[in-house]
Amino acid sequence: MRLANNMKYKVTHTTKYDYDAPVPVCHNVVYLTPRTTNVQSCSRHRLTVNPTPTTHSKRIDYFGNAVSSFSIATSHRLLQITASSSVTIQPRQLPSEGSTLAWESIRNSLATERSAEGLATYQFAFPSPHVPFHPELSDYARESFKPGLPILEAIRSLNERLHADVKYDPKATTISTPIIEVFEHRRGVCQDQAHLMLGCLRALGLAARYVSGYVRTQPAGESPRLVGGDASHAWVSVYCGSAGWIDVDPTNDSFPQTEHITVAWGRDFSDVCPVAGMFIGGGNHQLDVSVDVMAIE
Amino acid sequence: MSRVEVSPFAGESLFAEYAPDDSFYDEIFRGRGEVRASWSDFLSTIASIGRTELMSRWLQAQEDIHETGIAYNIYDQSDGAVRPWELDLLPQLISPEEWSSLSVGLVQRAKLLNRLLADLYGPQESLRRGLLPAEWLFSHPGFRRVFHGQTPPKGTFLHFYAADLARAPDGRWWVVGDRTDAPLGLGYALENRIVTSRMLSNAIRSFNIERLAPFFKTLQGTLRAMAPAHRDNPRIVLLSQGPSGPNYFEDAYLARYLGYTLVEGGDLAVREDHVFLKTLAGLLPVDVILRRLSDEFCDPLELRGTAGLGVPGLLQAARQGHVVVANTLGSSLVESPSLMPFLPGIAREWLGEELALPSVATWWCGQESARTHVLSQFKPGVENQLSLRSAFRLGRRDAISEDRMRQRNTPEITKLLQTEPSRLIAQEAVQRSTTPVWCDSSPTQWHLAMRVFLVAKKHSYHVMPGGLIRLDRNSLPLDLSVLGGRLSKDAWVQATGPVQEVTLLATAKQPVVLRRSGAELPSRVADNLFWFGRRIERAQGTCRLLRPVVARLTGEGESEGSEELAYLIHCLAEQGHIEPGFAVEGMKDRLPTIANILPASVMDAEMLGSLRHSVAEAHRNASLVRDRLSLDSWRIVHHIERLLMRAAQLQESSEPSSKNGKASDSQKGILTPDEVGALIRQPFGLVELDELLGELVVNLSALDGLIGESMTRTSAWRFLELGKRLERSLHVVSLVQSFSSTSDKEEGRVLEAILEVADSIMTYRSRYLAAVSRAAALDLLLTDETNPRSLAYQLVSIADHVAHLPRNESKPLGFPEERIAISLLNNLRMLEVEDLSIGSGGKRTKLERFLQQVDEQLPKLSDLISHRYLIHAGVARQMSGRGGSVS
Repeated sequence: MRLANNMKYKVTHTTKYDYDAPVPVCHNVVYLTPRTTNVQSCSRHRLTVNPTPTTHSKRIDYFGNAVSSFSIATSHRLLQITASSSVTIQPRQLPSEGSTLAWESIRNSLATERSAEGLATYQFAFPSPHVPFHPELSDYARESFKPGLPILEAIRSLNERLHADVKYDPKATTISTPIIEVFEHRRGVCQDQAHLMLGCLRALGLAARYVSGYVRTQPAGESPRLVGGDASHAWVSVYCGSAGWIDVDPTNDSFPQTEHITVAWGRDFSDVCPVAGMFIGGGNHQLDVSVDVMAIE
Repeated sequence: MSRVEVSPFAGESLFAEYAPDDSFYDEIFRGRGEVRASWSDFLSTIASIGRTELMSRWLQAQEDIHETGIAYNIYDQSDGAVRPWELDLLPQLISPEEWSSLSVGLVQRAKLLNRLLADLYGPQESLRRGLLPAEWLFSHPGFRRVFHGQTPPKGTFLHFYAADLARAPDGRWWVVGDRTDAPLGLGYALENRIVTSRMLSNAIRSFNIERLAPFFKTLQGTLRAMAPAHRDNPRIVLLSQGPSGPNYFEDAYLARYLGYTLVEGGDLAVREDHVFLKTLAGLLPVDVILRRLSDEFCDPLELRGTAGLGVPGLLQAARQGHVVVANTLGSSLVESPSLMPFLPGIAREWLGEELALPSVATWWCGQESARTHVLSQFKPGVENQLSLRSAFRLGRRDAISEDRMRQRNTPEITKLLQTEPSRLIAQEAVQRSTTPVWCDSSPTQWHLAMRVFLVAKKHSYHVMPGGLIRLDRNSLPLDLSVLGGRLSKDAWVQATGPVQEVTLLATAKQPVVLRRSGAELPSRVADNLFWFGRRIERAQGTCRLLRPVVARLTGEGESEGSEELAYLIHCLAEQGHIEPGFAVEGMKDRLPTIANILPASVMDAEMLGSLRHSVAEAHRNASLVRDRLSLDSWRIVHHIERLLMRAAQLQESSEPSSKNGKASDSQKGILTPDEVGALIRQPFGLVELDELLGELVVNLSALDGLIGESMTRTSAWRFLELGKRLERSLHVVSLVQSFSSTSDKEEGRVLEAILEVADSIMTYRSRYLAAVSRAAALDLLLTDETNPRSLAYQLVSIADHVAHLPRNESKPLGFPEERIAISLLNNLRMLEVEDLSIGSGGKRTKLERFLQQVDEQLPKLSDLISHRYLIHAGVARQMSGRGGSVS
């Protein structure tokens, strides 16, 4: 497989809340700081909030993500949160399919590893708020996960099928649509596709996590434009034993290399919602989100 | 279902017929007629009190219970029935030896659970060393990652713990449930103790029964010691789910007993990662929160998707150590029964001890060996002692409801056992011990469960010597709630020697900062007090207006009385108690109809402002601020509500009134003796209404007295008073206005009626011996500032209260509500004697214009106050969207 070069990006993620009436107080929790991983480093990150927060704090959450909390105690009608980051990504090294272990042996090894790292991996094999257990998903997944198949081969097959079976449709779902409904209607956005894939993998006992991030808006050269630009994106990362965690993007039927920028990961969307908040007053509000991912040569 | 008569009888001989099934452990009897040694002295003492005396004490106790309004979810109006708390006369007696061995086990268990919480929210040693399966934690829906990493003071995660115990046939106690989230029942245990010790006051002394007060002192001390700031006098609040929760009574009761402010999520605000109490006087810092709300609901910001009961930002404030929450957020993690099988191993490993108090045999189906065992038990033909239950608890409930689990062996559950076994446990049922309960006139054998309470103290735990006992007919696992079951009992723990009296009052050693402000009044509370004031005053005004009407309708039929009756009926219509059509010309003909419909319209709960409605609303307002009213005030309110409820039941059972039937045949306008008789024969007719009104007036006046004499003059009192004064002003104005529109043929009699309604007739008679004169009567009703029923008196009070409401700022010319109050009072004071005329026909008099002004301005004043103080700052809402749209 041809390996791409390192890529550098400048990402700007802006979230705007426009209220009808003044908001005297709001509290927010945001996951907007790109993680540092074995293939990704973040050289610059700046979170700008307007109006200026009264308090602001940062911590590392249970999954190792950087989470920022802030609150604003001055009356406002417009809240603007801008995260700008400079990120360098090395190509993710995808092993050859045949070199990966049979998926059952990877599943079986999960329960035996009790080191901190082992436990941190194992937790992703369990149901989570948006990804409950459904036997139907297990049946669906088994068509790809034939006995003894190398895990990467099985993942590729599942990824292809999900991509083909679930139509991308931004109008079909909301955040509260259960995955079983997405599965039945076969329509949804990247978040639903990611949750559905997680449901399939975990139903088999495999460890898989939800990755929140961005994809490059304008692809290089001849490559087709990827779905998911101009907004947050979500995909899946699967634990593959000695091959480590392998990212897979069911929305684009691809294995990310250098075009996916990882912000945070968790069991599902509820662990890493990019911007969450509560406010008082405000009347109706309008939400406007823009994401710009620019490649820097 | 058979009727339970809570046993008023005691003593050995009284249980002669009691033949307990000996496959259970009976607490009192060792078989038919043989009393256990530890009980025999006690039973003789009880017997020596005598049957009649016991009966009367027990009835008194029932009355006490009803009057304090002890009920599980008194405010659940969905089924309308407020479940009274039934208390058995005999307490459960526990010997010193038995208690001390129980205590050892309980303390050990509390320490173990506390350490486990610290570990699971910290390094997770227990998983790494295999003491607890990682699968258990990761399958637990209550393992919210956001709770991880908290470091509460002194490493205490579990400040407050309760265990449910059951005694097996071999006489051993078993733990059948752990409660680590926000355990309920403590208030009930306390109330049971207060009632029982009143019934058996000598016995509690002579048998050296341990007091409960030291436990509550420890609780206070522990919470105080946790305070991150204001160590000498920290502000501690009790966070309740509010009246929508099942335990609101208990919350209010405990808050009052412990001296903490009772708050709901909306009463607290987080600013700069500190928690504040929102009061009329601004934000006051909160140091410690005694949490009675499940951790699931405490912070809607970080625990998204949960109902808006909590405080956004609370978790971050707790993480930063700016506020201490007890129990620590996330403590619910270890109350799931699926943890039980692992406790013995953890105790051995961590404490080097065996678990002193065994748990009921439990298999967590998430483990393969356990699952195999369980499946083998559920084979057809195998007699099975196990029941399947939800493995996990979440938000104080089983994650899979008991109801759903009851349909076990249905395909759904069988499937669950195969596909998601980790969500299930199988548990052996403990054949719980029994005790005699008087039921259907004979002693029957009921089963017992006991909840015991512990509070953290230094590095250990203090066990409350006592507990909450509940009884039920069967021995099914009663895990729904300790507040289930049909009867309750106090638990008496015997001490080895005489017991010292302890009081919750501060000792001389603790310096107390004197406070007089009482500024800690949440807007929600002020709002309820204001409306409570308005409604009890409205109810009183209505009673005083109805009384003379009813008296005249049932009295001798004399047509001379009709002039004042016309006036009174006009007032009733003006104030919305009857249709306005009744007050027009030709009213005389309609008297029988009025007599007929009056009881029904007074009892119409749907009609805004009816007597029934006012009382029901006043009761509701009072129940929402129970911690702010004295116990006696609450008793009266509760009593009044019961009077009305009883009357309403009678009224509903009355025959449908024959509006167009024979009554309308009467052309004379005066009731015939037959008609009067018919009305009297109704279960709820005019006579009953008259009696009810009399009783209500007495009770409402008593309530006035308590408010006047027992409430400190804080903002709380001012809001209540303001409501009362506003309502009374409107009442007087309405009486006088109605007068001006009636003809003046029988002026004297009408004026007398007004004075009677306004409770000023005695004053009038003492001043003026002659017949009633218009100017003198109007002076007494309107301008005399010394008559507490006059308009002037009300306006003086209103102006005073408005001027003293808490404000953060001052305004040179006063606030709008102040200006209204002052201008009304001044206008009244400017009236001259000759202005006191009314109804002179044609042009409106100065007085009439003034009354009109009062009638318009007072509701405005009420609105201004509502806007400034009473309307909630608003409920926090979730930001919409996918938190930034997702591709």
